[in-house]
Amino acid sequence: MSVLSKLKETLVCLKAGRVTLPYPVQAQPLPPKFRGRPIFDAAKCIGCAGCANNCPAREILIFDVCQEVRILKYLGRRCTYCGRCADVCPEKAITMSQEFENATNAIGDIQQRLDLFMSTCQRCGRCFKEPSPLEQLKLKGYRFDDMQNERWIFRSQAYLEQEAVVDDVKIELD
Amino acid sequence: MLKNLCQKMFGRSLWVYHANSGGCNGCDIEVLNVLTPYYDVERFGIKLVGSPRHADVMLCQGPAMRSTAKALRRAYDAMPAPKLVFAIGSCACGGGIWFDSYSVLGPVEKVVPVNFYIPGCPPRPEAIIYGVAVAVGLVDKKTAPVQFKQFEFPIPRYHPSDLHGRDEMVVYEKVEKV
Repeated sequence: MSVLSKLKETLVCLKAGRVTLPYPVQAQPLPPKFRGRPIFDAAKCIGCAGCANNCPAREILIFDVCQEVRILKYLGRRCTYCGRCADVCPEKAITMSQEFENATNAIGDIQQRLDLFMSTCQRCGRCFKEPSPLEQLKLKGYRFDDMQNERWIFRSQAYLEQEAVVDDVKIELD
Repeated sequence: MLKNLCQKMFGRSLWVYHANSGGCNGCDIEVLNVLTPYYDVERFGIKLVGSPRHADVMLCQGPAMRSTAKALRRAYDAMPAPKLVFAIGSCACGGGIWFDSYSVLGPVEKVVPVNFYIPGCPPRPEAIIYGVAVAVGLVDKKTAPVQFKQFEFPIPRYHPSDLHGRDEMVVYEKVEKV
C-alpha cells in the first residue's frame, strides 16, 4: 500500500515536470492590464488637481505657490496603484506604466514632482469648476498642502491648526 | 561601501523572518509565492525561518499598528546583529490606505529602522526577488526622484500700466520678474 502511494506520488511529480519560472534570467510577460507605477506627463498636465482630490491614499499633494505656479507632488509611498488618478485625468496625462521593480533603499526615490504653469483668467484671476457643497465646507480658497511634512491639508482653520493625523499618536516602547 | 559590506556579511545565504504587523494578508501570500517552487528562492539561499533569533532579514508587512508595535520592536531586537529590514507593500512603506485610522501608527519605519522598501499593493513576487537582489548588491536600483517643469524661473510679468505706444509699436517699459 505504502509502496503504491509512493509510486503514485512519483508519477504526480514526474507529470508536473519543472515549474520554476526563469525570472532573474529572463523577464516574465506581465498580464496585459497590469498597473504599475503611475507616470506623470508634465507636457499634458493642466493642473486641475483631480488626481489629488481622487487619490484614496492622499499621496498626491498640491501646492499653490502663487496664481501662476502650481506644484504637484506624487509621493508614492502608500500608493496602491489603483489607477484612479489615471482614470479621472481629463488630459490622460497620467499613465499606469508596467514598472514594478521599484525597490529602493530610500523611499524618496519614488516621488515625482511637477512644476506647472497655470494660465489665469483675465477677468477673475482664476477659473475653476465650482466645488460641490461638501467640498466648499472643506476647501476655502486654494489648496495649500504641506510639502515639508508631506501631508495634505484643507484650507480651513480647523484643519490647519491640528497636527498631522498620522503623527498624533506617540509610540510608547519599552 | 554598503554593497561590499552586504556581500561580505550576507554572502552565502539570507535567512528571512516574516513579520506581519496587521496587514491584510495580501503581501503574505506574495511572499509565500516567492518561496514556492514557482519562484524558487531557495536556489539563491533564501530560507524562511520561524524565529527572529535565526534570521538575518525581517520582512515586514502591514503598517505599524497600535497593538503590534511593541511586538514588532521586540522581534527586531531579538535578531542577531547584522540585520536588514525590508518593508514590503505600501502599508509597510507608507502606512497603507488606512493610514489615518485610529489604530494605525504609520509606516513600519516609525518602529523599526527600515533598510529597503519594496512598494506595491501587493508587490509582485518578481518585485520582491528584485528587492532582495538590490539589497545583496547584484543589481542597481532603477528608480530615482523625478522633477518636471513646465516653465523656468523667473517668469516675466507685464503690467498694463507700463504699456506705451511708440512708433506704431507697443513697448513694455519695465519687465518685472516674479
